[in-house]
Amino acid sequence: MRPAGRLTARPAGPRPRETTRAARTRRKWYEIIGLTTPAVVVFSMFVLAPMAFAMYYSLYKWNGYGWPTQFKGLENYFGPFGAFKDPIFRDALRNNAIIVVGSLLIQGPLALGIALLLNRKFRGRAVFRMLVFVPYVLAEVTVGIMWQLILLRGSVADSILSSLGLGHFITGWLANLNVVIWTMLFILTWKYTGFALILFLAGLANVPEELTEAAAIDGASWWQIQRHITIPLIGSTIRIWMFLSIIGALQVFDVIWVASTPAVRSLGASNTMATYMVDHGFNERQWGYGNAVAVILFVISLLAALVFQRFVLRRDIEGAQTGRAR
Amino acid sequence: MTMKRRLGAVLALVTTTTLALSACSSGSSGNPPQSKSDLYTHPVTLTWWHNANTDGPLKTYWQKVADDFHALHPTVTIQITAVETNDLQRNKIPAALLSGNPPDVFQAWGGGEMVEQVQSNYLKDITADTKDIVTNIGPAASIWAVDGKQYGLPFDFGIEGFWYNKDLFTQAGISGPPATLDDLNADIAKLKQANITPISVGAGDKWPAGHWWYNFALRECSAQALSDAGTKQNFDDPCFVKAGQDLQTFLATKPFQQDFLATPGQTGANSSAGLVANGKAAMELMGAWDGGVMGSLTKDQKEPGFLSWFPFPSVSGGAGNQTADMGGGDGFACSKNAPAECVEFLKYIDSPDVQKGFAGTGAGIPVVKGAELGLADPVLQTIAKATQSAGGIQLWLDTQFGATAGTAMNDAIVAIFAGKGDPQGVVTALKQATAR
Repeated sequence: MRPAGRLTARPAGPRPRETTRAARTRRKWYEIIGLTTPAVVVFSMFVLAPMAFAMYYSLYKWNGYGWPTQFKGLENYFGPFGAFKDPIFRDALRNNAIIVVGSLLIQGPLALGIALLLNRKFRGRAVFRMLVFVPYVLAEVTVGIMWQLILLRGSVADSILSSLGLGHFITGWLANLNVVIWTMLFILTWKYTGFALILFLAGLANVPEELTEAAAIDGASWWQIQRHITIPLIGSTIRIWMFLSIIGALQVFDVIWVASTPAVRSLGASNTMATYMVDHGFNERQWGYGNAVAVILFVISLLAALVFQRFVLRRDIEGAQTGRAR
Repeated sequence: MTMKRRLGAVLALVTTTTLALSACSSGSSGNPPQSKSDLYTHPVTLTWWHNANTDGPLKTYWQKVADDFHALHPTVTIQITAVETNDLQRNKIPAALLSGNPPDVFQAWGGGEMVEQVQSNYLKDITADTKDIVTNIGPAASIWAVDGKQYGLPFDFGIEGFWYNKDLFTQAGISGPPATLDDLNADIAKLKQANITPISVGAGDKWPAGHWWYNFALRECSAQALSDAGTKQNFDDPCFVKAGQDLQTFLATKPFQQDFLATPGQTGANSSAGLVANGKAAMELMGAWDGGVMGSLTKDQKEPGFLSWFPFPSVSGGAGNQTADMGGGDGFACSKNAPAECVEFLKYIDSPDVQKGFAGTGAGIPVVKGAELGLADPVLQTIAKATQSAGGIQLWLDTQFGATAGTAMNDAIVAIFAGKGDPQGVVTALKQATAR
């Protein structure tokens, strides 16, 4: 705060007496208020107020007509018909967990491997980079519909599998209730690996070549260089990607909404907290209940973000690249 | 601190006053009711929300209706907004009603949803001005009435039945449409023997699966049991469990296409309607709009010539009316504070010529007597006749029960389709639905 005030303090002007300490403090506060007010107003109106409203509505039974009047306390959360007692909502939590863990375990290593390969110099490198990134650029709805058509019984995916001699694996990719969530994870991986990749490539571009050259001169193999020099140096990038991936996976909606049918969702086979919220809040017109689910989703995301920041991202935020070893 | 508290108190006072004031204004009747002589004296703009959002005969026709009304009454200008039906029903209309600035004329499906809208005092009571038309329409109009007062008018109403492929039936050696459930089961066996998928169902969208249970309930339940369910939320009659058992028995014969949980009802060539339209399944249980949907899903964008129709067969031993049918329709309502011209416009939509023109679009079955002569499609003519001669018409149960109970019921029915639920589950879901 202080340096800002000092920097913007006017040099002694026509009224030299006013530049006392008190006046400076006052001016500093005017500046802070003046400069932050627009942002604070917008943030309050579009972030804080809706959150407060959601929490308020979540305490009511409300069908969206008129203002909520039937106060129910925390029943939408913990009551006998509350979210935590609904097996379908618990399915949604499980599905979200599968997507969070699956994204971290599959997308991360996959993208890292591709990034390390693409980080070498070879002809057509730009084309490869672009190709891997294309799925991320496609709109979610397009991706959902595209995979729906590919995975239809007897369609492209099935014929590829049969021609590979894997015909006996064929199942209703989007209809077999035990398989659908893994199909969804596959589509999400296909789509979002490109995002991890582009981040990792950007991180790799910042690794000084001198280090790898020196290691190579010392006789380190390519793999040793990657393992002990390159990967540790892009650690902060990897951790940021993990953070974004976790939050994205908790809130995933569009691909699942489009690629799996309402029936499959309502049976708990592919639903996530976000699709469950819309299915109940809007389509079943349980607005109070839908808001309760929104609040749960918000709290879980917030907790995940805070824990991750506290234990994983802290050293990056504090600026140390290597920091204490764990 | 005191300063802050005083500010808070002032804010609270201002807020409550505003709320109280707005409550008063929405609580009273708003604009004083215009007398008849006031009609068409002042320029009025009517906003009209309907669901014919895709380019097609109905969208074009509604624009023509608006233009014609304006030509007839130059003081009235009509502004149309067309929104996809699910979005319109679930999001746009509730949000607009809640905001206090709703459209003047908007789509209304009757049943439980309309009851909720009336309870919140959102709709204009049009009873006095529509007596003649309501008499002309007959019993169907009562679906747009709550407690004996009329709040909307249908423009389309028809019963549900099987849309089937005559050619495939012949190919399988079936001579005529089945009259009983046993006949239907025999036909299914014949179709399977001929390697034809007997029935397609868009269970992915839930409600098309739900309709199977509704029809079994209609056959199993007495009129009294159905009426108690609709008006008193009483589902204690064992017939509702029986309906689920019938469905389970029927499902055990595997009459439907593979992967039906992933099949949508009416989007794309692989939807249940698309399968019938493209000759990949022999029949589908669906409302009167299905021909139009199928027409949009074929290569040449035309309704297939092989289509024909029969009503839901009778179920032996059922306590229900075996000649009654499930049905439903579309209508429009006026919001509470809409100008009196709004009601005139609703009546205009249901005037004989406009209804005849609607019939000509092939988008549905008109409600006003005589207008069915405008139907060009032979299948729709069949359904129109069957609608008039039906032994009784029961509104789609999900529409009647409203969105909350209706969706919970459909979820439980889909669970039976998936092999994860049981007949009792539907009744339990219905009883518990209103808890949230």
